[in-house]
Amino acid sequence: MATPVKVYGPPMSTAVSRVLACLLEKDVNFQLIPVDMSKGEHKKPDYLKIQPFGQVPSFQDESISLFESRAICRYVSEKYANQGNKRLYGTNPLEKASIEQWLEAEGQSFNPPSSALVFQLAFAPRMKLKQDLGVIKQSEEKLAKVLDVYEQRLGESRFLAGDEFTLADLSHLPNTQYLVSVTEKGEMFTKRKNVGRWWSEISGRDSWKKVVDLQKAPPPKSA
Amino acid sequence: MALKLHGIPMSTCTTRVLTCLHEKGLDFELVPVNLFAGEHKQPPFLAKNPFGQIPVLEDGDFTLFESRAITAYLAEKYKETGCDLLRHNDLKEAALVKVWLEVESQHYYPAIYQIVYQFFALPLQGKTADQAIIDVNLEKLGKVLDVYEARLGTTKCLAGDFYSLADLHHLSYTYYFMKTPWASLINSRPNVKAWWDDISSRPAFKKVAEGMTFGEK
Repeated sequence: MATPVKVYGPPMSTAVSRVLACLLEKDVNFQLIPVDMSKGEHKKPDYLKIQPFGQVPSFQDESISLFESRAICRYVSEKYANQGNKRLYGTNPLEKASIEQWLEAEGQSFNPPSSALVFQLAFAPRMKLKQDLGVIKQSEEKLAKVLDVYEQRLGESRFLAGDEFTLADLSHLPNTQYLVSVTEKGEMFTKRKNVGRWWSEISGRDSWKKVVDLQKAPPPKSA
Repeated sequence: MALKLHGIPMSTCTTRVLTCLHEKGLDFELVPVNLFAGEHKQPPFLAKNPFGQIPVLEDGDFTLFESRAITAYLAEKYKETGCDLLRHNDLKEAALVKVWLEVESQHYYPAIYQIVYQFFALPLQGKTADQAIIDVNLEKLGKVLDVYEARLGTTKCLAGDFYSLADLHHLSYTYYFMKTPWASLINSRPNVKAWWDDISSRPAFKKVAEGMTFGEK
């Protein structure tokens, strides 16, 4: 039995949860290792050796040490192509290219405004930081334009890259989960017919439900 | 011709793909898109890319947008031709290429884009650059370059001692950045400068750089 891969970081982190969703889809055994961000563990020299930008997650598969959640997801999907959800990263080059196209759309167009909104509306209040109303307004406008494109696309296609759930859809789960469940911007998704339908489908998957459970579990006590 | 790239020779994202095409020695046709006439925001083009952006690749009947998805597609389809951009024969090397591709996408690009956009694109629209935005992003870029300086002290290129797609993705924006008053961010970091001099002198990029005339009279 293969050594479980290691994921460093708290499941409440959007980027960590992206990787966890992928590992669960691919039936890859993993060990989740806590990083106490409230104590600045992610900015200390020992952690910076494995992630020089001081962010979570970082990841280890035997001698291979990686970071950046989307890179980790691609690596996992390729290495473990023949187990778990075999369609996650496509079964031929054209399917894979289409997935890459929408994964890039997520990373370049969806992520910036949605993660700004997640930070401003879900995290800033918890961290007792002042919200920036200008950023919230601008981000909402940008996200609305992106979701209009998605609404059209998801009227032509069941999932973003085609008729199967893929890494492209998966990559959207973390930010959307926060926006829909703890902010009042969830309507941006649920009031668009096709986007709403797509969100229900992708968030209803067993793998994502398990991630949400992990997010709700109480954090481990510090040593 | 099988490969058609819709875009323009001075566009950063188009040139990202052009450089990849040249590294692979591929035949292709560059189909101009009239940005000034707003061609990219009109229905025939939007059918190819609903986000209304260049470039778009057509490979026979297959259409693809997002420059980094296009380069990934070309690098994989033609992995046995030209430069080995993805290191597909080595699991560890290929994994590190994936990491540094994302570093460019998520750390380097957001900062450098803002500087290049403010300095080159706004004046063309008759607007003045916002120095506050430039300053914030120069600081961000500086921090990213500190990580690069440390990394490039241990390896010749970003993913290892080999040129890869991860390095290639940095070329277009950095080329324009070096024409701004803030090129010292690169020049003052010896490992970064050596890497930049090396990757920007590759013939495939030099060919593409000839068309990168943004900002020149």
